Amino acid sequence: MAGGAASIHLEVRAVTRSFARDGQSKLHALGPVDMVIRRGEFVAVVGPSGCGKSTLLDTLAGLSAPDSGSIVFEGAEVRGRVPEGIGVVFQEDASFPWMTVEDNVAFGLRRAGVDEAEIRRRVADALRLMGLADFARAYPAQLSGGMRQRVCIARTLVTRPRLILLDEPFGALDAQTRLLMGEELLTLWRATEASVLLITHALDEAAMLADRVLVMSARPGRFIDEIATGWPRDRDSRIAAEPAFGEITARLWKVLRAESMKAIGERQRPAAAPA
Amino acid sequence: MTAAGLIRLGVVAGLVGLLELLVRGGAISRRVLLPPSEMAADLARLLAQGRYNGDIATTLANVLTAFVIALAAGFALGVAIHALPRLRRALDPLLATYYAVPFFAFYPVFIVIFGIGRAPIVIVGILFGVVAMIIATLNGLDRIPRPLLKTARLLRMGRVATAVRIKLPAALPYLFTGIKLSIAYAFIGVIASEFILASEGIGYRIAFAFNNFDNRTMYALMLFIIVLVTAVNAVFHVVEQRLQRRLGR
Repeated sequence: MAGGAASIHLEVRAVTRSFARDGQSKLHALGPVDMVIRRGEFVAVVGPSGCGKSTLLDTLAGLSAPDSGSIVFEGAEVRGRVPEGIGVVFQEDASFPWMTVEDNVAFGLRRAGVDEAEIRRRVADALRLMGLADFARAYPAQLSGGMRQRVCIARTLVTRPRLILLDEPFGALDAQTRLLMGEELLTLWRATEASVLLITHALDEAAMLADRVLVMSARPGRFIDEIATGWPRDRDSRIAAEPAFGEITARLWKVLRAESMKAIGERQRPAAAPA
Repeated sequence: MTAAGLIRLGVVAGLVGLLELLVRGGAISRRVLLPPSEMAADLARLLAQGRYNGDIATTLANVLTAFVIALAAGFALGVAIHALPRLRRALDPLLATYYAVPFFAFYPVFIVIFGIGRAPIVIVGILFGVVAMIIATLNGLDRIPRPLLKTARLLRMGRVATAVRIKLPAALPYLFTGIKLSIAYAFIGVIASEFILASEGIGYRIAFAFNNFDNRTMYALMLFIIVLVTAVNAVFHVVEQRLQRRLGR
């Protein structure tokens, strides 16, 4: 997988996606979008609500096929089929309520037929990393929302994905838990050397965690700005005190404010109003 | 036992004791009701004599047959209807109002079509139970959280694996509601049918005792049914709680 384009991990070219609405009319949800994620890079995507962020993620993960354009992951085309090597964490709780935490985390490995001793080792590592070691035998219902989300992250990690897609993974958590989970995500990213694409609506989260922040427009979502944060690799939430952090969030908000107003206005006006 | 469990036991025991006192004290005539202690003694005697063993076996076999068929057919129909959204939209109101129809008004029709004997009894039991299972299956499949289905696709699970490993356990709590309802409905359908369509079975024996002023037998058999249904429900309750934890491995 090395070679000339070695640094490019995921390449998205002119991808569009629309959905059928009321049978005939089509809702243009996304694109055309172009983007590149380099190996080991942490990229965040921010955008107003309803701009197609989640649609983008589903399309990148191969959960839905684009109408046009191409997505190339590690040199192979992704087209409505989930490629090996991509892990996804959703905003909603995706833990299996009928399994213990350790069985949840081991599920994907058992499906893949990984050797049982190896499974036990990887699951124990992931649980320790996510602070869940004492809850291995607990059921998700006995855990808090933040811990359940950590179960889902651990379940994704044990499969050793080379690209991790996160769709507002901390959206349902309170502000302090989010900050700490963000730091944990940074630790994981450094430890696994995976590439990360984080979709979020929280500008501070994007500004703090990512190497590069892409800003999406109101629907149909397109990239309208890109900011390289320039943070060192071993950063944590304390960079929020840096003057550069304020500059980045201010610039993000300046771009996003107009788009968010468009997104809100569209909902208040009749559908046929001019764009 | 929990505090709620103790209170519940106290309420039941208190009501039974009150009934005992009212009958023994003469507030309720013995021609109307017997003291619960005598019902229990009569039941023990009847069971020891074995006079009604054949009827009990018949009723249990009818209930079991009706329940198993209602369960299998209800689950299969539920899965099929869920897979066909247009059919489902058409059927939903019919399913929702199904139990509003007073079934037994049509018993002459059952007799004409199915005759008298075990077949119509089991059929009524099935008709009673099957729709509860269809509704529960639809409900269970509706309530599978979407992220779980997405997760199945991320793990590149096939249709069968997804159905067995994800959809079934995710829907199981709702399926269990259907299972409990359809066994209850199977009991109601079978015993009520035995009152009018049978020449054997517990329902028939209760009606026969009633018509012959044989209160002792009638109340003993009624008590038998109450104890039986309570025991069956308790078993399902325990299984339900265990299964939810175990499934998935």
